[in-house]
Amino acid sequence: MATSPAVAAAVADAHRREWAFVLAATARVTRDLDLAEECVQDAYARALTVWGERGIPQRPGAWLTTTARNRALDALRRDATLRRSLPRLLDRSTDPAADDPAADDPGAEPSAAGEDFPDDRLRLIFTCCHPALAEEAKVALTLRLLCGLSTAEVASAFLVGQPAMAARITRAKKKIATARIPYRVPPADELPERIDAVLTVVHLLFTTGHTAPAGDELVRRDLVERALDLARMLRTLLPGDAGVAGLLALILLTDARRETRAADDGRLLLLAEQDRRRWDRAEIAEGLALVREALRPRPPGRFALMAAIAAVHAEAPSWQATDWHEVVALYDLLVTIWPSPVVALNRAVAVGFADGPAAGLAALDGLAAEPQLAGYGYLAAARADFLRRLDRTAEARLAYEEAVMLTENSVERAFLSSRLRELGSRGPA
Amino acid sequence: MAQYLILVYRDEATVAGASQEDWDAALKEHRSFQERNATAILGGNALHFTDTATSIRRNGSGGLAVTDGPFAETKEALGGYYLVEAADLDEAIGLAKQVPDPFGGGVEVRPVRVFD
Repeated sequence: MATSPAVAAAVADAHRREWAFVLAATARVTRDLDLAEECVQDAYARALTVWGERGIPQRPGAWLTTTARNRALDALRRDATLRRSLPRLLDRSTDPAADDPAADDPGAEPSAAGEDFPDDRLRLIFTCCHPALAEEAKVALTLRLLCGLSTAEVASAFLVGQPAMAARITRAKKKIATARIPYRVPPADELPERIDAVLTVVHLLFTTGHTAPAGDELVRRDLVERALDLARMLRTLLPGDAGVAGLLALILLTDARRETRAADDGRLLLLAEQDRRRWDRAEIAEGLALVREALRPRPPGRFALMAAIAAVHAEAPSWQATDWHEVVALYDLLVTIWPSPVVALNRAVAVGFADGPAAGLAALDGLAAEPQLAGYGYLAAARADFLRRLDRTAEARLAYEEAVMLTENSVERAFLSSRLRELGSRGPA
Repeated sequence: MAQYLILVYRDEATVAGASQEDWDAALKEHRSFQERNATAILGGNALHFTDTATSIRRNGSGGLAVTDGPFAETKEALGGYYLVEAADLDEAIGLAKQVPDPFGGGVEVRPVRVFD
Protein backbone atom coordinates (compact mmCIF):
# COMPACT_ATOMS: atom_id res chain seq x y z
CA MET A 1 0.00 0.00 0.00
CA ALA A 2 1.28 3.43 -0.90
CA THR A 3 2.09 5.78 1.95
CA SER A 4 -0.67 8.30 2.55
CA PRO A 5 0.26 11.95 2.00
CA ALA A 6 -0.57 12.72 5.65
CA VAL A 7 1.89 10.09 6.91
CA ALA A 8 4.57 11.16 4.44
CA ALA A 9 4.14 14.76 5.57
CA ALA A 10 4.30 13.78 9.25
CA VAL A 11 7.52 11.84 8.67
CA ALA A 12 9.05 14.71 6.67
CA ASP A 13 8.07 17.14 9.41
CA ALA A 14 9.56 14.88 12.09
CA HIS A 15 12.71 14.60 9.98
CA ARG A 16 13.17 18.34 10.00
CA ARG A 17 12.13 18.95 13.61
CA GLU A 18 13.32 15.89 15.47
CA TRP A 19 16.34 14.50 13.60
CA ALA A 20 18.96 16.06 15.89
CA PHE A 21 17.05 15.05 19.03
CA VAL A 22 16.60 11.43 17.91
CA LEU A 23 20.20 11.08 16.72
CA ALA A 24 21.66 12.68 19.83
CA ALA A 25 19.68 10.33 22.09
CA THR A 26 20.55 7.29 19.97
CA ALA A 27 24.27 8.11 19.96
CA ARG A 28 24.16 7.85 23.75
CA VAL A 29 23.28 4.17 23.31
CA THR A 30 25.45 3.27 20.33
CA ARG A 31 28.49 5.35 21.29
CA ASP A 32 29.18 5.21 17.56
CA LEU A 33 27.97 7.95 15.22
CA ASP A 34 27.74 5.74 12.12
CA LEU A 35 25.66 3.11 13.86
CA ALA A 36 23.47 5.82 15.40
CA GLU A 37 22.85 7.32 11.96
CA GLU A 38 21.97 3.94 10.50
CA CYS A 39 19.50 3.22 13.30
CA VAL A 40 17.87 6.64 13.05
CA GLN A 41 17.51 6.38 9.26
CA ASP A 42 15.97 3.00 9.83
CA ALA A 43 13.52 4.38 12.38
CA TYR A 44 12.34 7.05 9.90
CA ALA A 45 11.90 4.38 7.22
CA ARG A 46 9.83 2.25 9.61
CA ALA A 47 7.74 5.25 10.57
CA LEU A 48 6.50 5.46 6.99
CA THR A 49 4.88 1.99 7.26
CA VAL A 50 4.06 1.76 10.96
CA TRP A 51 2.47 5.21 11.20
CA GLY A 52 0.37 4.30 8.14
CA GLU A 53 -0.94 1.19 9.90
CA ARG A 54 -1.29 2.41 13.49
CA GLY A 55 -1.64 6.13 13.09
CA ILE A 56 0.77 8.97 13.69
CA PRO A 57 2.01 8.90 17.31
CA GLN A 58 1.29 11.86 19.56
CA ARG A 59 4.99 12.38 20.17
CA PRO A 60 6.77 11.43 16.95
CA GLY A 61 10.20 12.29 18.38
CA ALA A 62 9.77 9.89 21.31
CA TRP A 63 8.47 7.13 19.01
CA LEU A 64 11.42 7.57 16.66
CA THR A 65 13.90 7.65 19.54
CA THR A 66 12.54 4.46 21.10
CA THR A 67 12.57 2.72 17.73
CA ALA A 68 16.09 3.86 16.87
CA ARG A 69 17.43 2.97 20.30
CA ASN A 70 15.88 -0.49 20.25
CA ARG A 71 17.38 -1.04 16.84
CA ALA A 72 20.75 0.06 18.23
CA LEU A 73 20.52 -2.32 21.18
CA ASP A 74 19.79 -5.23 18.83
CA ALA A 75 22.77 -4.35 16.67
CA LEU A 76 25.03 -4.00 19.69
CA ARG A 77 23.99 -7.40 21.07
CA ARG A 78 24.47 -9.03 17.68
CA ASP A 79 27.90 -7.56 17.04
CA ALA A 80 29.12 -7.32 20.62
CA THR A 81 32.54 -8.80 19.92
CA LEU A 82 33.11 -6.87 16.71
CA ARG A 83 32.14 -3.55 18.24
CA ARG A 84 34.28 -4.00 21.31
CA SER A 85 37.40 -3.60 19.18
CA LEU A 86 36.28 -0.31 17.60
CA PRO A 87 36.97 3.06 19.18
CA ARG A 88 33.80 4.32 20.82
CA LEU A 89 32.29 7.72 21.20
CA LEU A 90 33.43 8.95 24.57
CA ASP A 91 30.48 9.68 26.81
CA ARG A 92 31.73 11.27 29.96
CA SER A 93 28.90 13.06 31.66
CA THR A 94 29.85 16.00 33.87
CA ASP A 95 26.86 15.18 36.04
CA PRO A 96 26.62 11.42 36.59
CA ALA A 97 23.27 11.76 38.36
CA ALA A 98 21.67 13.10 35.21
CA ASP A 99 23.21 10.37 33.13
CA ASP A 100 21.19 7.74 31.40
CA PRO A 101 22.15 4.27 32.70
CA ALA A 102 21.83 2.86 29.21
CA ALA A 103 24.64 5.11 28.04
CA ASP A 104 27.34 3.18 29.79
CA ASP A 105 25.89 -0.26 29.41
CA PRO A 106 24.77 -1.08 25.89
CA GLY A 107 23.03 -4.18 27.20
CA ALA A 108 20.67 -2.19 29.43
CA GLU A 109 17.20 -1.13 28.32
CA PRO A 110 16.73 2.51 27.38
CA SER A 111 15.73 4.99 30.02
CA ALA A 112 13.32 3.57 32.59
CA ALA A 113 10.98 6.46 31.96
CA GLY A 114 10.25 4.79 28.63
CA GLU A 115 9.49 7.74 26.43
CA ASP A 116 11.26 10.53 28.28
CA PHE A 117 14.71 11.06 26.93
CA PRO A 118 17.14 13.69 28.11
CA ASP A 119 17.77 16.32 25.46
CA ASP A 120 21.23 15.43 24.22
CA ARG A 121 21.27 17.83 21.28
CA LEU A 122 23.82 20.12 22.94
CA ARG A 123 26.26 17.24 23.29
CA LEU A 124 25.89 16.53 19.59
CA ILE A 125 26.32 20.20 18.64
CA PHE A 126 29.46 20.65 20.70
CA THR A 127 30.94 17.45 19.33
CA CYS A 128 30.26 18.44 15.70
CA CYS A 129 31.75 21.90 16.29
CA HIS A 130 34.75 20.86 18.40
CA PRO A 131 37.76 23.17 17.87
CA ALA A 132 39.98 20.15 17.10
CA LEU A 133 38.00 19.63 13.86
CA ALA A 134 38.68 21.59 10.67
CA GLU A 135 36.15 24.33 9.83
CA GLU A 136 34.88 22.53 6.72
CA ALA A 137 34.50 19.29 8.70
CA LYS A 138 32.46 21.08 11.38
CA VAL A 139 30.11 22.47 8.77
CA ALA A 140 29.72 19.11 7.04
CA LEU A 141 29.11 17.22 10.30
CA THR A 142 26.61 19.83 11.46
CA LEU A 143 24.55 19.51 8.27
CA ARG A 144 24.80 15.77 8.30
CA LEU A 145 24.25 14.95 11.98
CA LEU A 146 22.16 17.89 13.23
CA CYS A 147 20.12 18.64 10.13
CA GLY A 148 19.97 15.05 8.83
CA LEU A 149 21.11 15.92 5.31
CA SER A 150 22.46 13.08 3.20
CA THR A 151 26.10 13.17 2.08
CA ALA A 152 24.89 13.99 -1.45
CA GLU A 153 22.91 16.98 -0.14
CA VAL A 154 25.84 18.23 1.93
CA ALA A 155 28.13 17.83 -1.10
CA SER A 156 25.81 19.80 -3.37
CA ALA A 157 25.38 22.53 -0.73
CA PHE A 158 29.10 23.19 -0.89
CA LEU A 159 29.61 22.37 -4.58
CA VAL A 160 31.97 19.55 -3.65
CA GLY A 161 31.95 16.11 -5.27
CA GLN A 162 30.14 13.41 -3.33
CA PRO A 163 33.19 11.12 -2.86
CA ALA A 164 35.23 14.05 -1.53
CA MET A 165 32.45 15.01 0.90
CA ALA A 166 31.99 11.40 2.03
CA ALA A 167 35.74 11.19 2.72
CA ARG A 168 35.65 14.47 4.65
CA ILE A 169 32.79 13.26 6.86
CA THR A 170 34.35 9.84 7.44
CA ARG A 171 37.67 11.40 8.40
CA ALA A 172 36.00 13.76 10.88
CA LYS A 173 34.02 10.93 12.52
CA LYS A 174 37.18 8.86 12.76
CA LYS A 175 38.99 11.67 14.49
CA ILE A 176 36.14 12.11 16.99
CA ALA A 177 36.37 8.43 17.97
CA THR A 178 40.14 7.96 17.79
CA ALA A 179 41.33 11.17 19.40
CA ARG A 180 38.45 10.83 21.90
CA ILE A 181 36.63 14.07 21.38
CA PRO A 182 34.14 13.81 24.23
CA TYR A 183 30.39 13.64 23.63
CA ARG A 184 29.42 16.20 26.23
CA VAL A 185 28.56 19.78 27.01
CA PRO A 186 31.80 21.58 27.92
CA PRO A 187 32.31 22.85 31.49
CA ALA A 188 31.34 26.45 32.29
CA ASP A 189 34.85 27.90 31.95
CA GLU A 190 35.19 26.61 28.38
CA LEU A 191 31.60 27.33 27.40
CA PRO A 192 31.88 30.89 25.96
CA GLU A 193 34.68 29.90 23.58
CA ARG A 194 32.94 26.70 22.57
CA ILE A 195 29.60 28.40 21.98
CA ASP A 196 31.39 30.92 19.78
CA ALA A 197 32.78 28.05 17.68
CA VAL A 198 29.23 26.72 17.20
CA LEU A 199 27.90 30.16 16.26
CA THR A 200 30.71 30.57 13.73
CA VAL A 201 29.65 27.35 12.00
CA VAL A 202 25.97 28.35 11.88
CA HIS A 203 26.89 31.83 10.64
CA LEU A 204 29.06 30.34 7.90
CA LEU A 205 26.14 28.17 6.81
CA PHE A 206 23.90 31.21 6.71
CA THR A 207 26.29 33.41 4.71
CA THR A 208 26.97 30.57 2.28
CA GLY A 209 23.23 30.31 1.70
CA HIS A 210 22.52 34.05 1.75
CA THR A 211 24.87 34.82 -1.13
CA ALA A 212 25.87 31.57 -2.76
CA PRO A 213 29.61 31.83 -3.51
CA ALA A 214 29.03 30.35 -6.96
CA GLY A 215 26.23 29.22 -9.19
CA ASP A 216 23.18 30.72 -10.88
CA GLU A 217 21.06 31.53 -7.86
CA LEU A 218 21.78 34.39 -5.51
CA VAL A 219 20.39 32.59 -2.48
CA ARG A 220 20.55 28.96 -1.42
CA ARG A 221 17.22 28.90 0.35
CA ASP A 222 17.77 25.41 1.81
CA LEU A 223 20.98 26.48 3.56
CA VAL A 224 19.43 29.68 4.89
CA GLU A 225 16.56 27.70 6.37
CA ARG A 226 18.88 25.14 7.94
CA ALA A 227 20.91 27.93 9.51
CA LEU A 228 17.72 29.54 10.83
CA ASP A 229 16.54 26.18 12.24
CA LEU A 230 19.91 25.67 13.94
CA ALA A 231 19.93 29.18 15.41
CA ARG A 232 16.41 28.63 16.76
CA MET A 233 17.48 25.27 18.20
CA LEU A 234 20.41 26.94 19.96
CA ARG A 235 18.10 29.64 21.29
CA THR A 236 15.90 26.93 22.83
CA LEU A 237 18.86 25.06 24.30
CA LEU A 238 20.87 28.10 25.48
CA PRO A 239 18.16 30.68 26.18
CA GLY A 240 20.34 32.95 28.29
CA ASP A 241 23.25 33.29 25.87
CA ALA A 242 23.63 36.76 24.34
CA GLY A 243 25.77 35.48 21.45
CA VAL A 244 23.03 33.05 20.43
CA ALA A 245 20.44 35.84 20.63
CA GLY A 246 22.73 38.00 18.47
CA LEU A 247 23.19 35.37 15.77
CA LEU A 248 19.48 34.54 15.61
CA ALA A 249 18.70 38.28 15.38
CA LEU A 250 21.27 38.73 12.61
CA ILE A 251 19.83 35.87 10.59
CA LEU A 252 16.23 37.07 11.04
CA LEU A 253 16.97 40.71 10.20
CA THR A 254 19.00 39.80 7.13
CA ASP A 255 16.61 37.10 5.95
CA ALA A 256 13.69 39.53 6.30
CA ARG A 257 14.88 41.16 3.03
CA ARG A 258 14.95 37.90 1.08
CA GLU A 259 11.96 38.68 -1.19
CA THR A 260 13.43 41.98 -2.30
CA ARG A 261 17.05 41.15 -3.00
CA ALA A 262 16.52 40.25 -6.63
CA ALA A 263 14.18 41.69 -9.26
CA ASP A 264 11.65 39.49 -11.08
CA ASP A 265 14.18 38.96 -13.86
CA GLY A 266 16.77 37.73 -11.34
CA ARG A 267 18.75 40.99 -11.36
CA LEU A 268 20.48 41.86 -8.06
CA LEU A 269 18.82 44.72 -6.17
CA LEU A 270 20.89 46.79 -3.77
CA LEU A 271 19.62 47.81 -0.35
CA ALA A 272 18.96 51.27 -1.86
CA GLU A 273 16.62 49.85 -4.52
CA GLN A 274 14.74 47.27 -2.42
CA ASP A 275 11.02 47.65 -1.79
CA ARG A 276 11.01 47.94 1.98
CA ARG A 277 7.26 47.35 2.19
CA ARG A 278 7.95 43.75 1.22
CA TRP A 279 10.43 43.10 4.01
CA ASP A 280 9.21 40.43 6.42
CA ARG A 281 7.81 42.46 9.33
CA ALA A 282 7.35 39.44 11.62
CA GLU A 283 11.01 38.46 11.25
CA ILE A 284 12.08 42.07 11.80
CA ALA A 285 10.02 42.39 14.99
CA GLU A 286 11.43 39.15 16.35
CA GLY A 287 14.95 40.18 15.36
CA LEU A 288 14.71 43.64 16.94
CA ALA A 289 13.61 42.20 20.29
CA LEU A 290 16.57 39.80 20.22
CA VAL A 291 19.05 42.56 19.33
CA ARG A 292 18.19 44.47 22.48
CA GLU A 293 18.89 41.37 24.55
CA ALA A 294 22.07 40.54 22.62
CA LEU A 295 23.52 44.02 23.16
CA ARG A 296 23.35 43.81 26.97
CA PRO A 297 26.86 42.43 27.71
CA ARG A 298 29.68 45.02 27.66
CA PRO A 299 31.29 44.94 25.19
CA PRO A 300 28.67 43.25 23.01
CA GLY A 301 29.69 40.25 20.89
CA ARG A 302 30.35 40.38 17.17
CA PHE A 303 27.04 38.81 16.13
CA ALA A 304 25.13 41.24 18.36
CA LEU A 305 26.89 44.17 16.67
CA MET A 306 26.31 42.78 13.18
CA ALA A 307 22.65 42.30 14.12
CA ALA A 308 22.51 45.88 15.43
CA ILE A 309 23.78 47.11 12.04
CA ALA A 310 21.13 45.04 10.28
CA ALA A 311 18.59 46.53 12.73
CA VAL A 312 19.50 50.09 11.69
CA HIS A 313 18.62 49.17 8.09
CA ALA A 314 15.49 47.29 9.14
CA GLU A 315 14.20 50.31 11.05
CA ALA A 316 15.10 52.92 8.41
CA PRO A 317 11.97 53.92 6.47
CA SER A 318 14.05 54.48 3.33
CA TRP A 319 17.61 54.28 2.03
CA GLN A 320 17.91 58.08 2.22
CA ALA A 321 16.72 58.07 5.85
CA THR A 322 19.30 55.48 6.97
CA ASP A 323 21.34 56.60 9.98
CA TRP A 324 24.75 55.99 8.42
CA HIS A 325 26.59 57.61 11.30
CA GLU A 326 25.04 55.03 13.62
CA VAL A 327 26.10 52.29 11.20
CA VAL A 328 29.69 53.62 11.15
CA ALA A 329 29.72 53.85 14.97
CA LEU A 330 28.63 50.19 15.21
CA TYR A 331 31.31 49.15 12.71
CA ASP A 332 33.89 51.08 14.76
CA LEU A 333 32.96 48.91 17.76
CA LEU A 334 32.92 45.76 15.65
CA VAL A 335 36.42 46.41 14.27
CA THR A 336 37.81 46.70 17.80
CA ILE A 337 36.47 43.32 18.95
CA TRP A 338 36.83 41.60 15.58
CA PRO A 339 39.68 43.16 13.61
CA SER A 340 39.02 41.45 10.29
CA PRO A 341 39.82 43.11 6.95
CA VAL A 342 36.33 42.18 5.70
CA VAL A 343 34.74 44.08 8.60
CA ALA A 344 37.05 47.02 7.85
CA LEU A 345 35.89 46.90 4.23
CA ASN A 346 32.23 47.04 5.26
CA ARG A 347 33.05 49.91 7.59
CA ALA A 348 34.69 51.80 4.71
CA VAL A 349 31.56 51.33 2.61
CA ALA A 350 29.43 52.76 5.45
CA VAL A 351 31.84 55.71 5.77
CA GLY A 352 31.24 56.35 2.06
CA PHE A 353 27.54 56.79 2.71
CA ALA A 354 27.93 58.74 5.96
CA ASP A 355 30.65 61.16 4.81
CA GLY A 356 30.65 60.89 1.02
CA PRO A 357 32.47 58.80 -1.61
CA ALA A 358 35.82 60.59 -1.19
CA ALA A 359 35.92 59.66 2.53
CA GLY A 360 34.85 56.11 1.68
CA LEU A 361 37.57 55.80 -0.93
CA ALA A 362 40.18 57.05 1.54
CA ALA A 363 39.04 54.42 4.08
CA LEU A 364 39.30 51.73 1.37
CA ASP A 365 42.78 52.77 0.29
CA GLY A 366 44.16 51.68 3.64
CA LEU A 367 42.92 48.16 2.88
CA ALA A 368 44.40 47.64 -0.58
CA ALA A 369 47.52 45.98 0.87
CA GLU A 370 45.57 43.49 3.04
CA PRO A 371 46.62 40.02 1.85
CA GLN A 372 43.29 38.61 3.07
CA LEU A 373 41.42 40.91 0.68
CA ALA A 374 43.56 40.08 -2.36
CA GLY A 375 41.19 38.45 -4.83
CA TYR A 376 38.16 39.53 -2.78
CA GLY A 377 35.64 40.85 -5.29
CA TYR A 378 33.75 43.10 -2.87
CA LEU A 379 36.82 45.32 -2.40
CA ALA A 380 36.98 46.00 -6.13
CA ALA A 381 33.20 46.46 -6.30
CA ALA A 382 33.22 48.99 -3.43
CA ARG A 383 36.10 50.92 -5.00
CA ALA A 384 34.30 50.90 -8.33
CA ASP A 385 31.17 52.34 -6.76
CA PHE A 386 33.01 55.18 -5.00
CA LEU A 387 34.98 56.04 -8.16
CA ARG A 388 31.76 56.05 -10.19
CA ARG A 389 30.12 58.44 -7.73
CA LEU A 390 33.21 60.67 -7.90
CA ASP A 391 32.93 60.67 -11.73
CA ARG A 392 36.37 59.07 -12.03
CA THR A 393 35.00 56.97 -14.87
CA ALA A 394 38.15 55.39 -16.26
CA GLU A 395 39.28 54.14 -12.85
CA ALA A 396 35.74 52.99 -12.05
CA ARG A 397 35.70 50.91 -15.25
CA LEU A 398 38.92 49.15 -14.30
CA ALA A 399 37.63 48.42 -10.80
CA TYR A 400 34.31 47.04 -12.14
CA GLU A 401 36.19 44.85 -14.60
CA GLU A 402 38.27 43.47 -11.74
CA ALA A 403 35.14 42.84 -9.62
CA VAL A 404 33.42 41.02 -12.53
CA MET A 405 36.43 38.76 -12.86
CA LEU A 406 36.45 37.94 -9.16
CA THR A 407 32.84 36.85 -8.58
CA GLU A 408 31.68 33.31 -9.24
CA ASN A 409 28.02 34.15 -8.69
CA SER A 410 26.26 34.86 -11.98
CA VAL A 411 23.62 37.17 -10.44
CA GLU A 412 26.35 39.33 -8.94
CA ARG A 413 28.30 39.24 -12.18
CA ALA A 414 25.26 40.43 -14.16
CA PHE A 415 24.82 43.35 -11.75
CA LEU A 416 28.46 44.43 -12.02
CA SER A 417 28.42 44.09 -15.82
CA SER A 418 25.33 46.30 -16.03
CA ARG A 419 27.09 48.97 -13.98
CA LEU A 420 30.03 48.69 -16.33
CA ARG A 421 27.74 49.22 -19.34
CA GLU A 422 26.14 52.26 -17.71
CA LEU A 423 29.57 53.87 -17.52
CA GLY A 424 29.72 53.70 -21.32
CA SER A 425 32.84 53.41 -23.38
CA ARG A 426 34.09 56.93 -22.80
CA GLY A 427 37.60 57.52 -21.56
CA PRO A 428 40.70 55.44 -22.07
CA ALA A 429 40.07 51.70 -22.37
CA MET B 1 41.76 6.76 30.19
CA ALA B 2 43.93 7.16 27.12
CA GLN B 3 47.46 8.21 26.37
CA TYR B 4 48.50 11.17 24.29
CA LEU B 5 51.88 12.31 23.08
CA ILE B 6 52.41 16.06 23.32
CA LEU B 7 55.07 17.04 20.79
CA VAL B 8 56.78 20.31 21.64
CA TYR B 9 58.05 22.36 18.67
CA ARG B 10 60.40 25.35 18.71
CA ASP B 11 62.45 27.54 16.43
CA GLU B 12 65.98 26.33 17.14
CA ALA B 13 67.55 29.64 16.10
CA THR B 14 65.58 31.42 18.86
CA VAL B 15 66.55 28.81 21.42
CA ALA B 16 70.22 28.95 20.37
CA GLY B 17 70.22 32.70 20.85
CA ALA B 18 68.78 32.52 24.37
CA SER B 19 70.82 33.61 27.39
CA GLN B 20 71.72 31.41 30.36
CA GLU B 21 69.01 33.19 32.41
CA ASP B 22 66.41 32.37 29.72
CA TRP B 23 67.49 28.74 29.82
CA ASP B 24 67.26 28.57 33.59
CA ALA B 25 63.84 30.18 33.56
CA ALA B 26 62.60 27.74 30.89
CA LEU B 27 63.83 24.76 32.89
CA LYS B 28 62.11 26.09 35.99
CA GLU B 29 58.83 26.50 34.12
CA HIS B 30 59.00 22.91 32.86
CA ARG B 31 59.76 21.57 36.36
CA SER B 32 56.80 23.46 37.74
CA PHE B 33 54.53 22.15 34.94
CA GLN B 34 55.73 18.60 35.70
CA GLU B 35 55.06 18.98 39.43
CA ARG B 36 51.58 20.42 38.89
CA ASN B 37 50.64 17.52 36.59
CA ALA B 38 52.66 14.72 38.15
CA THR B 39 49.81 12.20 38.04
CA ALA B 40 49.01 12.81 34.38
CA ILE B 41 52.57 12.89 33.03
CA LEU B 42 53.90 9.40 32.26
CA GLY B 43 57.16 10.54 30.72
CA GLY B 44 58.90 13.15 28.67
CA ASN B 45 62.24 14.43 27.47
CA ALA B 46 63.90 17.37 25.84
CA LEU B 47 65.86 16.67 22.67
CA HIS B 48 69.15 18.00 21.35
CA PHE B 49 69.01 20.23 18.28
CA THR B 50 68.29 18.76 14.86
CA ASP B 51 71.96 19.25 13.85
CA THR B 52 72.58 16.14 15.94
CA ALA B 53 69.83 14.17 14.16
CA THR B 54 70.41 11.21 11.88
CA SER B 55 67.77 9.91 9.47
CA ILE B 56 67.53 6.44 8.05
CA ARG B 57 65.49 5.70 4.93
CA ARG B 58 65.24 2.96 2.34
CA ASN B 59 67.63 3.87 -0.45
CA GLY B 60 65.60 2.43 -3.33
CA SER B 61 67.96 -0.48 -4.05
CA GLY B 62 66.98 -2.68 -1.13
CA GLY B 63 69.36 -1.14 1.36
CA LEU B 64 69.18 1.58 3.98
CA ALA B 65 70.64 5.03 3.59
CA VAL B 66 71.89 6.77 6.71
CA THR B 67 71.96 10.54 6.32
CA ASP B 68 72.75 13.55 8.48
CA GLY B 69 69.84 15.74 9.54
CA PRO B 70 66.20 15.53 10.66
CA PHE B 71 63.53 13.63 8.72
CA ALA B 72 61.92 16.84 7.53
CA GLU B 73 63.47 20.31 7.53
CA THR B 74 61.01 22.75 9.09
CA LYS B 75 61.34 26.13 10.75
CA GLU B 76 59.79 24.80 13.94
CA ALA B 77 61.54 21.56 14.86
CA LEU B 78 60.59 18.91 17.39
CA GLY B 79 62.36 19.85 20.60
CA GLY B 80 60.86 17.50 23.15
CA TYR B 81 57.77 15.58 24.19
CA TYR B 82 55.55 14.62 27.06
CA LEU B 83 53.64 11.36 27.27
CA VAL B 84 50.45 12.01 29.26
CA GLU B 85 47.37 10.16 30.37
CA ALA B 86 44.00 11.88 29.94
CA ALA B 87 40.34 10.93 29.93
CA ASP B 88 39.66 12.57 26.58
CA LEU B 89 40.98 15.03 24.04
CA ASP B 90 39.68 18.04 26.00
CA GLU B 91 41.71 16.98 29.03
CA ALA B 92 44.79 16.35 26.85
CA ILE B 93 44.38 19.79 25.24
CA GLY B 94 44.05 21.26 28.73
CA LEU B 95 47.47 19.77 29.61
CA ALA B 96 48.99 20.78 26.28
CA LYS B 97 47.94 24.39 26.82
CA GLN B 98 49.95 24.43 30.06
CA VAL B 99 53.19 23.18 28.48
CA PRO B 100 55.69 26.04 28.88
CA ASP B 101 56.50 27.76 25.61
CA PRO B 102 59.26 30.20 26.61
CA PHE B 103 60.89 30.39 23.17
CA GLY B 104 57.68 30.49 21.13
CA GLY B 105 56.69 27.54 18.98
CA GLY B 106 53.71 25.36 19.70
CA VAL B 107 52.68 21.83 20.54
CA GLU B 108 50.86 19.03 18.77
CA VAL B 109 48.66 16.48 20.54
CA ARG B 110 48.46 12.95 19.14
CA PRO B 111 46.47 10.05 20.57
CA VAL B 112 48.64 7.01 21.27
CA ARG B 113 47.53 3.95 19.36
CA VAL B 114 47.05 0.86 21.47
CA PHE B 115 47.23 -2.66 20.06
CA ASP B 116 45.51 -5.50 21.89
